[in-house]
Amino acid sequence: MKWLRRLLLLMLVSAVLLLGWLLVWLFFGTDSQQPTTPAMSKVAAATLRDPALIASGEYLVKVGDCAGCHAAQGGAAFAGGRLLATPFGNIPVPNITPDRESGLGNWSFEDFWQALHSGKGRHGELLYPAFSYTSYTKVTHDDALAMFAYLQSLPPVHQPTAAPALDFPYSLRNSLTAWRALYFKEGVFESDPGQSAQWNRGAYLVQGLGHCNECHAARDTLGGTPQDEHLTGGQIPQQNWYAPDLSTQGNGGLQGWSEQDIVDLLKTGQSAKSVAFGPMADVVVQSTQHMTDADLLAVATYLHSLPARAQPLQEKPPFNATALVQHGEQIYTQRCADCHGKNGNGVTGVYPPLNGNSSVTEPTGINATRSVLLGGFAPLTVAHPRPYSMPPFAQQLSDSDVSAVVSYIRQAWTNKAPVVQERDVSKYRQTPID
Amino acid sequence: MLLVAVTLFGAAGHASDAPTIPDTLQQRIVACTSCHGVHGEGKPGSEFFPRLAGKPAAYLVRQMQHFQNGLRKYAPMEYTVRQLSPAYMQEIAEYFAEQQVPYSRSPLPPVTAETLQRGEQLVSNGDPTRKIPACASCHGTQLTGVEPSTPGLVGLPYDYISSQLGSWRTHTRATVAPDCMAEVASRLNASDITAVAAWLASRQLPADTHAQAAGSVKPPLSCGVLGATGDGA
Repeated sequence: MKWLRRLLLLMLVSAVLLLGWLLVWLFFGTDSQQPTTPAMSKVAAATLRDPALIASGEYLVKVGDCAGCHAAQGGAAFAGGRLLATPFGNIPVPNITPDRESGLGNWSFEDFWQALHSGKGRHGELLYPAFSYTSYTKVTHDDALAMFAYLQSLPPVHQPTAAPALDFPYSLRNSLTAWRALYFKEGVFESDPGQSAQWNRGAYLVQGLGHCNECHAARDTLGGTPQDEHLTGGQIPQQNWYAPDLSTQGNGGLQGWSEQDIVDLLKTGQSAKSVAFGPMADVVVQSTQHMTDADLLAVATYLHSLPARAQPLQEKPPFNATALVQHGEQIYTQRCADCHGKNGNGVTGVYPPLNGNSSVTEPTGINATRSVLLGGFAPLTVAHPRPYSMPPFAQQLSDSDVSAVVSYIRQAWTNKAPVVQERDVSKYRQTPID
Repeated sequence: MLLVAVTLFGAAGHASDAPTIPDTLQQRIVACTSCHGVHGEGKPGSEFFPRLAGKPAAYLVRQMQHFQNGLRKYAPMEYTVRQLSPAYMQEIAEYFAEQQVPYSRSPLPPVTAETLQRGEQLVSNGDPTRKIPACASCHGTQLTGVEPSTPGLVGLPYDYISSQLGSWRTHTRATVAPDCMAEVASRLNASDITAVAAWLASRQLPADTHAQAAGSVKPPLSCGVLGATGDGA
């Protein structure tokens, strides 16, 4: 029996050693990769100064809406400083101007590519996926080079980036190894030869730089998007808006949208079907309105090919909602019908329809609830420099009134979405706006 | 002919469903007027929504910019104005600046005669021992403001004035450096604020409520908002 005891002891020692090594690696393991300095880079400095390359990069950086995250409220463009709230803690967005100390001034294209394509910092450290490399990995080498050339052409802004303030164990970068195994597939977009060039361009933009799926798909408890969930809609963590499903086919969030409707919304901020608001309004203003018509049409072509969705489960309301909805109809008649129409069809180019509007009928009711509370202007774009607006009703309607009117518009006309309860409204009344 | 008739009928049929929306600025900015009043007269009963009518346009533009860049903190305003262009903000500001509507009086909290007297003293003369300048030294002899960037203080509700002075102290309201108003507010204590707000809110309005001409005051502090020449020009 001596040998058995020895074997057990050996196994125990091995297990302890393995665990110890794992812990040491988790806490202290650093990737000691040497950055590639600009002098060591295979890309000549002259290449990065090519005005044509810089111009093309400027367009791509707009398509990617890099400025949307890489600037603080009222701060210099691309100088970072915004705190990105995640369920795991706050992540300060870095400065990507070419400042040598606090920005990308000492970065080579190789470093930039490693970040964008592989989600690793210039020392090989794993980057937090608040930086959406899960999408950017699909960006081609040439496009990445143009973007880098543009970013390096910006005036440097000195603004150091704070360290991430994440909760344990997410504060350990090496914990991302497991996350990446689950959610990250490195690789440039591969064209589908069975599809048109336009479709492929659209797929490349939507899946890659546009990083649409980062919001328009549900995130699970680890903050990842399961690989088979593609543009099926989801609640944006912390921001608490619902990014709708993007299929135009049966039961899709954009069911019945023509390609032109999609182009219109992205170009002008509104279409015959809806108006962009919340975070999507920012995306339209800063990014998509600047895209070429050809690229917008490509995006629309691709979205049109998304498959039909399963019919949502018809949940029975947890109580008899007839009185609630009737009360909502009264409020609608008094407060909403003058603009959105008794039939909920809105006024084209002025006020959006509510009938058949996916933002009204999305699964959670958050969008309609918060739109009623916040009101606000339609996106301010080249096409609509003086947009119409909606009053914020937060100061005028109680939680119970908001739940009534939202429940009404979710069930009126052709809409058939679940009612919203008073407690849901109170939850979103105090939601931060950023 | 038939086609024309059908088209006309179709258009008329649709139009009868859809509300008729006037193409006016007033209609476009219901997000503003639902709280501040159609003519920017404020909202009686909701004293935290200030009157905008007749305030200098440059002052109003600056406030919207401050909500955009985070110098002023109030989520509903930040959300409403976050995307507005300089041109649209200018147009909106001019609309409110041009409005001439009567002031409404709002209720005062119960304050003693001493408090009101203390308020008058601070507004008119300041408190030199604590380096508090008189309100009138910047906001005009009649406290109706000074073009282009200094707002009037008369006709504002007690709740609004006291909450704004509190905001200056807690830095949820600020302006460009050097931020003289933040400096002044930091020298006021809670009872000063009550006194100043109560006296201002109790004051009868002068016959002419327009802001004084630009350059007609000499501010005792250096103010970024007034520019290098001190008059905001």
